Amino acid sequence: MAARLSGTDLTLAYDQRVVASGLSVAIPDESFTVIIGPNACGKSTLLRALARMLKPRTGAVHLDGSVITSLPSKEVARRLGLLPQTSIVPDGITVADLVARGRYPHQRLMRQWSRADEAAVAEAMRATDVTDLAERIVDELSGGQRQRVWLAMALAQETPILLLDEPTTFLDISHQIEVLDLCADLHEAGRTMVAVLHDLNQACRYATHLIVMRAGEVVAEGDPVEVVTPELVHQVFDLRCEIISDPQTGTPLIVPEARRRSPAPA
Amino acid sequence: MTIRLGPWSVRLAPRALVVGLALVVVACGVTVAAISTGEFTVPVPDVVSALFGQGTPVAELIVSKLRAPRVVTGLLVGAAFGLSGAIFQSLTRNPLGSPDFIGFTAGASTGGILAVVAGGSAMTIAGGALTGCVVTAALVYAMAFRGGVQGYRLVLVGIGANALLLAVNSYLLTRANINDAATAGAWLTGSLSGRGWDHAIPVALALAVLLPVCAFLSRPMRMIEMGDDSARAMGIRVEVVRAVAIAAGVLLSGVATAAAGPVVFVALAAPQLARRLTRSPGVTMGASALMGAVLLTAADLAAQRVLAPTQLPVGVLTAAIGGTYLTLLLRKDRH
Repeated sequence: MAARLSGTDLTLAYDQRVVASGLSVAIPDESFTVIIGPNACGKSTLLRALARMLKPRTGAVHLDGSVITSLPSKEVARRLGLLPQTSIVPDGITVADLVARGRYPHQRLMRQWSRADEAAVAEAMRATDVTDLAERIVDELSGGQRQRVWLAMALAQETPILLLDEPTTFLDISHQIEVLDLCADLHEAGRTMVAVLHDLNQACRYATHLIVMRAGEVVAEGDPVEVVTPELVHQVFDLRCEIISDPQTGTPLIVPEARRRSPAPA
Repeated sequence: MTIRLGPWSVRLAPRALVVGLALVVVACGVTVAAISTGEFTVPVPDVVSALFGQGTPVAELIVSKLRAPRVVTGLLVGAAFGLSGAIFQSLTRNPLGSPDFIGFTAGASTGGILAVVAGGSAMTIAGGALTGCVVTAALVYAMAFRGGVQGYRLVLVGIGANALLLAVNSYLLTRANINDAATAGAWLTGSLSGRGWDHAIPVALALAVLLPVCAFLSRPMRMIEMGDDSARAMGIRVEVVRAVAIAAGVLLSGVATAAAGPVVFVALAAPQLARRLTRSPGVTMGASALMGAVLLTAADLAAQRVLAPTQLPVGVLTAAIGGTYLTLLLRKDRH
């Protein structure tokens, strides 16, 4: 299994609080990897470390065989993109201008807007279906539209690897599916996608590679069909459940056990 | 609008260009008006000849020794305050993150007052102001530092420092003898009166070095406005950019205060006005500098003429204009 992006023996900590230690992961190339686990299990922390937002206390993240922090940061930004959990929309910016900011790692002071920049922005807006919104002010868009615009900005960066930190948070169910379908399309087009998600069923449906975490450790890893079992769900989420086959996709579908069965009809 | 030349390309916003040109025109108009009018009117053609050493001795004295240095100091100091405000408002993502509010100007005042009390000359006062500004900034930065500096922490720590320094300044004034207190009080309102070329030159040198730095910083700073993670993901070394920007902003407000005293509100209002006029998302260095220059020179012209022959210190007018503007701004933001 080839992996351009991997972390080895990572100790991850904020100030004094150690979130994970001895953590090793590899992101299979051209996979749609989803990291999942209960709250505070360190999944977002791991993603931040992989995206070099957080410096591991020990161990190292490697990109294409080099320690990621040893590479020039603009060079990394041409290979690896990140959609952070929260970003601030600049006042009064238009969709086209925001998406264009994704070209920053490809630009220089005297090369601010090449034909390649123009083409990449047009393509990113087409792929995310925001072309019609180009001249709209981002602040005035709905949550779902805005998330597509942020995705378009990350796409304009034209990185072969794209990391997404909870891209569906704050979206209603239809917009969640819309964003995940878009991620699946980007994966089909040949990108390596890595996302932190909350919903186990969505993770099973979209992931080609699942990383299941609990308390700073990777508990299971692999194809969701093989990995996800009632025992694993109980071990990781402390939830008793039944697993059936998703009628739409055949992927595992978690059905939590009812606390109290409704009385049987007499 | 994109200008391409071989492998090079520069992106320009047409609206920002028009606003920039308009501000240059207004600045020129104010400059000419400030030099030619007053108790002794020098007609515009005579202004030009006097500047080139071809005028009458009286015109030359008034133009080259009195009025030109004053208006040039005003333009430079205004531009420096405008840039400094633009930098700190961008870094803190907050219009109230101006150097006037986060203690830097108050620190410069403390330095200035101490120099006055020590019986210093104009140059010592300028040195005291610059030192006060830099020391305050270093302390605020150190206290706000936690593996990096977050904008809101800088504002909170800065506001605390500001309150403390204002108290120190009041205390120093009550302890000073009456003459020193009067001198310091006049200096504290900020004034361009009696400014000569020796005031203008340090600000000009600082701008010559720091303007290109600001031009270089403006693109990464716009990315940092979207959040530290977003900017890092784009390959920006956020802490480096922030440290350089803070250093540039502190030096600019320090030299400006050294030259003209703590003129309030230019650093707050210029970037906000520039932003609204250019409708540019994010920090606009060039327009903020031009707007600062126009605001300060226009306020100084008004300060000299409105109640003539009584001359007001320019700080009184910028405070009046700036205060009105701030109120309007807050009123608008409420909706």
